[in-house]
Amino acid sequence: MADQKEPSDSRAEDSRSNRDNLRVIGVPRRRVDGRAKVTGQTRFADDLFLPRMAHCKLLRSPHPHARLLKIDASRALARPGVYLVLTGKDLPIQYGILPVSQDEQALCLDHVRHVGDPVAAVVAREELTAFEALDLIDVDYEILTTIADSEEALATPAPRIHEYGEEGNIHKQVALEFGNVEQGFAEADEIFEDTFFYQGNTHLPIEQHASVAIKDPDGKLTIWSSTQTPHYLHRALAKVLEMPAAHIRVIATPNGGGFGGKSDPFNHEIVVAKAALMLDRPVKICLTREEVFYCHRGRHPVLMKFKTGVKKDGTITGVHLQTLIDGGAYGSYGVASTYYAGALQTTTYHIPRYRYQGCRTFTNKPPCGPKRGHGTPQPRFGQEVQLDKIAEKLQRDPADLRLHIVEMPNTVTANFLRLGTVNLAECIRRLVKVSDWKNKFRKLPEGHGVGLACSAYLTGAGLPIYWNKMPHSGVQLKFDRGGGVSIFCGATEIGQGSDDVLAGIVAEVLGIDPFDIRLFTGDTDLGPVDLGSYSSRVTLMAGNAALQAAERGKTLLAEAVALKLDVPKERLCFADKRVFDSSAPDKGVGFAEAVCLAEARFGTIGTVGSYTPPKSPALYKGGGVGPSPTYSYSAAVVEVEVNPITGWVHVPKVWIAHDIGRALNPTLVRGQVEGSVYMGLGEALMEEQEFRRLPKSLSHALVHKFPSMLEYKSPTSLDMPEVVTELIEDPDPRGPFGAKEVGQGPLLPIMPAVANAVYDAVGVRIDEVPITPEKIMTALAEKKAGRKPRFGPDHFPRVNWPEALRVPPPWEGGDGSAVNDVHREKPRAAKERVLAP
Amino acid sequence: MATLPVESQKTAQIRFTLNGEELDVFFSPYKTLLEVLREDLGHTGTKHGCELGECGACAVLLDGKPVLSCLVLALECGGRQVLTVEGLSGDGKLHPLQDAFADLGAAQCGYCTPGILVTAKALLDANPHPDRDQIREALSGNLCRCTGYLQIFEAVEAAMVKIAEKGKDA
Repeated sequence: MADQKEPSDSRAEDSRSNRDNLRVIGVPRRRVDGRAKVTGQTRFADDLFLPRMAHCKLLRSPHPHARLLKIDASRALARPGVYLVLTGKDLPIQYGILPVSQDEQALCLDHVRHVGDPVAAVVAREELTAFEALDLIDVDYEILTTIADSEEALATPAPRIHEYGEEGNIHKQVALEFGNVEQGFAEADEIFEDTFFYQGNTHLPIEQHASVAIKDPDGKLTIWSSTQTPHYLHRALAKVLEMPAAHIRVIATPNGGGFGGKSDPFNHEIVVAKAALMLDRPVKICLTREEVFYCHRGRHPVLMKFKTGVKKDGTITGVHLQTLIDGGAYGSYGVASTYYAGALQTTTYHIPRYRYQGCRTFTNKPPCGPKRGHGTPQPRFGQEVQLDKIAEKLQRDPADLRLHIVEMPNTVTANFLRLGTVNLAECIRRLVKVSDWKNKFRKLPEGHGVGLACSAYLTGAGLPIYWNKMPHSGVQLKFDRGGGVSIFCGATEIGQGSDDVLAGIVAEVLGIDPFDIRLFTGDTDLGPVDLGSYSSRVTLMAGNAALQAAERGKTLLAEAVALKLDVPKERLCFADKRVFDSSAPDKGVGFAEAVCLAEARFGTIGTVGSYTPPKSPALYKGGGVGPSPTYSYSAAVVEVEVNPITGWVHVPKVWIAHDIGRALNPTLVRGQVEGSVYMGLGEALMEEQEFRRLPKSLSHALVHKFPSMLEYKSPTSLDMPEVVTELIEDPDPRGPFGAKEVGQGPLLPIMPAVANAVYDAVGVRIDEVPITPEKIMTALAEKKAGRKPRFGPDHFPRVNWPEALRVPPPWEGGDGSAVNDVHREKPRAAKERVLAP
Repeated sequence: MATLPVESQKTAQIRFTLNGEELDVFFSPYKTLLEVLREDLGHTGTKHGCELGECGACAVLLDGKPVLSCLVLALECGGRQVLTVEGLSGDGKLHPLQDAFADLGAAQCGYCTPGILVTAKALLDANPHPDRDQIREALSGNLCRCTGYLQIFEAVEAAMVKIAEKGKDA
């Protein structure tokens, strides 16, 4: 992307037309919300100040696990300036993002499950008053045994953190088998068994979560919140507040970074909504940075074991993956995360037989959930590092080995994921060339190394969280007589550029300037539902909805203009804010006039579009997690310099190729790729959500090791390497203008590529993330002592796995169902319930 | 008469210059410059990510030098000059840094952007031709979680060229 230095402006000029005669799509340009962001005028939730607004603070549990015996708020209520104190009994109804994990309460009623679990809320005139009044609330706790990690959870069935789940403190177990894996191992020339550990880490958006709620003059509720999923917050509020959804308006303010961390409905959102309704005045909450660490919903710590059988040429004959997943204190997206940890292994390389066993436990730590790559970076790390080991043993170049086994486009995989375009081979070939791989791998001086890894990611989850047959995204367009077009859509801007995607697509179809468009997004009252900014779904789903709405508008305008100009409508061209005869370009009307002609002919012009993903061929239980209309592919080469005295890893350069289908706005696409590389390097080298026990003389509580930005290390401007981004553009017919996702996929290959590069540099395997200097020094010492040059877990605990659902893969005549599944005509009733009560 | 809690008493007062405009403000004496800007003066362009001096989102220029407004008491600012993102543009035109950030993808979510813009302005005011390493160094206290920083560096370099050209024309 070296040719992308030149600044673009808002105009889609003729000179900028690209090879497909597109004037907006594919042209690097300023995003439509760019001006607001560089002037500080983007209105984030905490930037809202309303008349009579009160402030809310939450009292949080100092104990990781305890019974809540008694709360006395009388001293707090007596403090001047305090308006209201809420406790668990004010909001007793349970909620949660998934229908199967409705296990949260806005304020804990009788059981706290992690340090930071909220037990009471104070609302006061001033924020400081509310904060100081927290100290005046008296709470009696009965301390319970703390469960610190997954292995402790397996060994400690009681006390239970939740009264639901598989058994004891096991939340969810998954066992799936696609073909006879043991037979696959019997056919292998070599069997590889490796265990890996991937430490948890957090999103760390720079914006702290904030919400403001008001009771509208007509008695309804409006809440502005930094949420990635206004639709799901809408549902949770309706449930907990026992209000009709039609009386609740959720406005997702632009998020100051999300990365998955603002995808759950949160306790603080429900609390301010309740308080605003009770007080009849606006109530705001803005979390402190420490509280953001307690909200978490970040990367699950995962212990995993890969057993892989290969032929001498590297062909995979079978894979068996086991994962032990530390879920933290609540369900969150965890059931989906458990399936995701096993879902995407088959999308990159051909795996004829595959067995997955996953186990998620509850522990007394802030709940884990979806972070960029949701559930898939951990097994991707294991798979790609193991492939590096396989290549070495088979004496094959790791790039060549991968080229030999990449999966074909338009395939249905062993676990019944239907792939779209697959340009992983082209990604690898391009990387090998631009990074000069062949002259570097195993050839750089001691201490210097390169590593390669690949990945794939969904372009939008194929199924909604609440199963139903309705579209996943809708767009309405309003055409103004002045030539303006307004877009109404539930899609949520979290920095990724969702507004720009919508405006770019509509502008391209209608031949107008993106800056002539107004956007009303992320508002449950104004726009049709979009399920949210998660699973890399917005570009494809909201984009396709916008495309359909724009094409429908174009049809109306064309018919009216064709009549006026006496030209066949097929010959009309929409470009440069004009509608004209393509064979006589001077013959035409301005776009505004075209709208007027259409309005005169058809009445008020408004169109709608929607998108529903194709049906998945996966019919087995659990087959709902993993399907996507199409998948993006990435490959990365990371170069490292490892200091053998300190173990310090310096990354001078990263090359990354991404199979995007088509880059709708290359400036933003490059930003997503580089941002993914950055976040991947943070995960690979330094970021960890770590906990420690307080000394016995204190409470011996399990507390977050460093809930602050200073101590939770993330890469700064000084740490960021040079990045060479190669975009592979092969339009996928399923995406709008051929686009696939870019927000998450490019993060995935970075962590294993770093580990593989460290091995190339100093000959030690770090089978654990993050790869810290301490671990490298330990492994180097092992190497020096003549022992195994490795740092990482050496065992996988015994888990009582359930019988696997056996699903014959397509090449064994499978139809997508399990042979031993309980037959169901349709999804269970609880999952089918939609928004109406 | 019931006592008004101290946090509700706007007993402190300063006169200072905010974005070129001299003004008086009354506020509770414990408040930081960040809080007074956002809460008492309605200047919400300056953001916050930690209120502990860790993230750099709240950077403003105090007498031309970048400071973290969450660590400066408003009471210290009497008689001084404060520049926030709201004061960067003038005559209805964006500052070259703002133009370059918008054009080159240097602002994704836009939350760290105001702090980075004023910090970059201070750098270019002091050193009109910084090299890449000097830009990295100057911005190392401003965390950005979206971009990976590279498009930010490029935007600062593009603005540097524009400003230099404008200087020549003048």
